[in-house]
Amino acid sequence: MRAPIATAIAIAVGLIVLLGYFVPLPILDEIRTTLLDWGVTLAGVAALVGIINLIITHWHRVTAARNRDLYSVILILSFIMTLAAGVVLGPSDAQFQHVITSIQVPIESSLMAVLAISLAYASLRIFQKRKGLIAIIFVISALLFLLVTSGFLASGSNNPILASILTAINQLPVAGARGILLGVALGGLATGLRILMGADRPFSG
Amino acid sequence: MISVSGIGLNTIAGLLVVLIGAGAIFLIAVIDRKKSPRTLRPIAAFQSLRRAIGLAVEDGKRLHVSIGNANILTPNSASALVGLSTLNRIAQLSMISDRPPIATSGDGTLAMLSQDTLRDAYRSGNALEQYDPMRARLAGTTPMSYVAGTIPIIHDENVTANILVGSYGSEVALLTDAIDQKNAFSLAASDSLTAQAALFATANETLIGEELFAIPAYLQAGPFYTASLYAQDILRWIVIAVILAGSALKLLGII
Repeated sequence: MRAPIATAIAIAVGLIVLLGYFVPLPILDEIRTTLLDWGVTLAGVAALVGIINLIITHWHRVTAARNRDLYSVILILSFIMTLAAGVVLGPSDAQFQHVITSIQVPIESSLMAVLAISLAYASLRIFQKRKGLIAIIFVISALLFLLVTSGFLASGSNNPILASILTAINQLPVAGARGILLGVALGGLATGLRILMGADRPFSG
Repeated sequence: MISVSGIGLNTIAGLLVVLIGAGAIFLIAVIDRKKSPRTLRPIAAFQSLRRAIGLAVEDGKRLHVSIGNANILTPNSASALVGLSTLNRIAQLSMISDRPPIATSGDGTLAMLSQDTLRDAYRSGNALEQYDPMRARLAGTTPMSYVAGTIPIIHDENVTANILVGSYGSEVALLTDAIDQKNAFSLAASDSLTAQAALFATANETLIGEELFAIPAYLQAGPFYTASLYAQDILRWIVIAVILAGSALKLLGII
């Protein structure tokens, strides 16, 4: 086995955290909390390393011999300005926050608007991509729930039969979602167990 | 709540599921090592993926693996871990390509892990000189900035096949739209219901629910991956039996 020390540490930490969840021993809980705190700190350091990686990537693009990317210049300048302002004023400064959100919120809202159009267009073209029963059920479900959630049928909720039908229809996505999420949870469990067994190692050591 | 020596029934049930899962994975993997490998049911998406990988390698084009923006400390990191296993296998499968695969992620930890995964794949293939840490990038740290940082990679880096495996929101549709505009292939899988719905309408191939966790097994990553699929099936039948038994007991007024 390659990197036996790293693998042993990962398995031991994983087992302690898992046992701390199942076995109510104060000492185990304390160790688990400490290990998770270390994890949070390491994730913070990793975020910093990731951002340095991002800046280096864009610096390479700016200084490339061919196909220079001018958008990367904007990214690097924005990063330097944000970092400088954050260091001088502090990240919780009200004016700093105001400037950042005034830029970020409209940009993200614009992307959401583009996303809405992209999804609407994709839904119109869905039968080009997908054929068969599942695609038909998907489209019918989407249209049905658009109709139900639009409020068009709300006036009929005084009718007990229609109200029962609407209630049953509203329960359908909950049941479907639970089914899918149970499958996802079991898959997540199996992934975690593979890591605890050292069969799956997302680290090379 | 019913409890045994201060441990709740939920905790005991959880522990049982974990132990049964671990036992099943271990036993099936050990049995499979002595016998011929089990056959998995055919899924069209994986056949398309293998074809897309082959075509990209033949044509000297690039593969792009997106690992999403899950935080490694949250429960949805499992999908990102599958993304990392997928990246490892795809790096191995495309090692002879002129253009090595590129990985993007939306979290610092995932970016580091994807660099490590790529290095591990090249080292195990005795091709460490091909490893370039700049091919595993942090594209952005928020969902939208991740999408904004990944779209130029899809457009400008000669990518013909995109594998999106990880945690996303509905914004992932912007990525699949960019892939569509480039006439490239996309296989997408996410643990999020919103993303699954968006991907069903926009990606070439979409994996629904737990199919996400089957990707490494279908890419023949090893016996433990196949064993964990069978263990999931066993656990699923147990869960179904418990749900049905619970419903019957409730119906009879026993609980």
